[in-house]
Amino acid sequence: MRKESPNVPIHPASAMDFLPVDKLRELQFSRFSSILRRAYERVPLFRKRMDDLSLTPDDIKSLDDISKLPFTTKNDLRDNYPFGLFASPLHEIVRFHASSGTTGKPIVVAYTKEDVQDWATAMVRSFAACGVHVGDIVQNAYGYGLFTGGLGAHYGAEALGASVIPISGGNTDRQIMIMKDFGVTVICCTPSYFLHILDRAWELGVDLRELPLRIGVFGAEPWTEDMRHRIQNESGIKAYDIYGLSEIVGPGVAMECVYQAGPHIFEDMFYPEIIDPETGKVLPDGQEGELVLTTLCKRAMPMIRYRTRDITALIPDKCECGRTIRRLKRISRRSDDMLIIRGVNIYPSQIEAALLRVEGTLPHYLIVVDRQKGLDVLEVQVEVTPEVFSDTISAMEQLQKKLEHSIETITGLRAQVKLVAPKTLQRSEGKAKRVIDKRKM
Amino acid sequence: MTIKQLSIFLENKPGALIAPCKLLAEAGINIQTFALADTREFGIFRIIVQDWQKAKDILLENGYPVKVTDLCAIEVEDRPGGLVSILEVLEKANVNVEYTYAFTAKFEGKGLVLFRFDNMEKAIEALTSAGVNVVRTSELFERLTSQS
Repeated sequence: MRKESPNVPIHPASAMDFLPVDKLRELQFSRFSSILRRAYERVPLFRKRMDDLSLTPDDIKSLDDISKLPFTTKNDLRDNYPFGLFASPLHEIVRFHASSGTTGKPIVVAYTKEDVQDWATAMVRSFAACGVHVGDIVQNAYGYGLFTGGLGAHYGAEALGASVIPISGGNTDRQIMIMKDFGVTVICCTPSYFLHILDRAWELGVDLRELPLRIGVFGAEPWTEDMRHRIQNESGIKAYDIYGLSEIVGPGVAMECVYQAGPHIFEDMFYPEIIDPETGKVLPDGQEGELVLTTLCKRAMPMIRYRTRDITALIPDKCECGRTIRRLKRISRRSDDMLIIRGVNIYPSQIEAALLRVEGTLPHYLIVVDRQKGLDVLEVQVEVTPEVFSDTISAMEQLQKKLEHSIETITGLRAQVKLVAPKTLQRSEGKAKRVIDKRKM
Repeated sequence: MTIKQLSIFLENKPGALIAPCKLLAEAGINIQTFALADTREFGIFRIIVQDWQKAKDILLENGYPVKVTDLCAIEVEDRPGGLVSILEVLEKANVNVEYTYAFTAKFEGKGLVLFRFDNMEKAIEALTSAGVNVVRTSELFERLTSQS
């Protein structure tokens, strides 16, 4: 039964979040069958992959059979740049997005008119889940452009009926001014950019706790529970984790409800599986592995068993909100982000958690890995804030030691912490750059 | 009985020192005296200025970590053993000197030295009862301006 939080009436678009589980599975299977057929009939890559395994769409007779199908990877998108994976003719495409290609060509994604509407619906359900409603003033500081964040959040907030400020990323002083002057109640951006806004507001003498701002919709990069606590304490808002990726649709694949217990995945639109990243074997609910997603509605560019590289688990227990769609365990790392230093696997999120444990340190940091005399050296540059700065060298050296100790406790690796002046580390208005690995250069 | 000092965090690299000095210069703020503590990677630039509140605001606005610390300005006789007589008082009171630096200007044959103690209250009590002149802020800036 749905249990309504007193302040948050259920939005009509959220009805699908509460579908009885058997009905949900039926719907997932019927949608899966038709999307698989579409992909098989219209996209040469999917057909070839299935032909190689002597599979046809008819061989998939239940949700369990899905595990027989081959995976799709980011490389497939790159190899088929720009239009090779489209299942709709170009004249039906109304929108393109593309990832910022850090290596060579970007990856391109496309949407039909219906796809854009479905995406907006997923975003309406996302906003509604965390209590955004008509009358809210939404400051959308995700970047507008090829990146899916800006337009994705924009269409969703508008479709919900909220008042959207399409401010995009950057120009932090203006963000703060508008937040104050417009009485903004909801902000959408990356969590690291929000921390930057918080810092700057503090410098300008603006206390976000005194503003009407009450909800942050934060995503597009992995973040930690410690970071959530810090944001909530220092800004007085509720910080919600939204999950998505361009290859699947953009933001709005999964979103936290007011209970903040992990993002609910909109399973009727995106079919989730968790696999062992080494063997590709499907893992049961509750077990951690790589998230694999299939788009159940997308026409222009269906994705069959797309490997997200995100490490998470499907939480089997029911959420207090009553939603029947499953939740993802907080995604704090991507298998791509993993660094191997002196043979030890570490993730940037572990460093972040270690820094946050030391009171007062804001997580503006940069991990620099180098190889000196054949040995890996881990350096963590941390910006000094007015709060943690003290007047004596010994106190500053103590801070350095405390940070180093915290990193060693969490990762098991000895790191050199270097204290640097504020604003010397690159600020992200999109995704934060957290790692420089000089060993690869 | 104490003097306000501003401490500024700087990275130990070329150009790090000049930037905050330029900001203060542009605002017409005169640095009366200063000291620079350094490690291999970072430094703490400590300054005494008359309008410390304004200087602090300017530095914070420009993103510098700044701390305000209370120091003691003490008259020290300009002769061999002048400093020793002060340190003896402190030693007896079991007070530790964290750091110290001086003003270049002299006043009536006496030097002015700034001290940061681990226990400021105890230090001031011991010094005043030993007859050492602990200079107040108003008096300090009067002396400094009367000489320029």
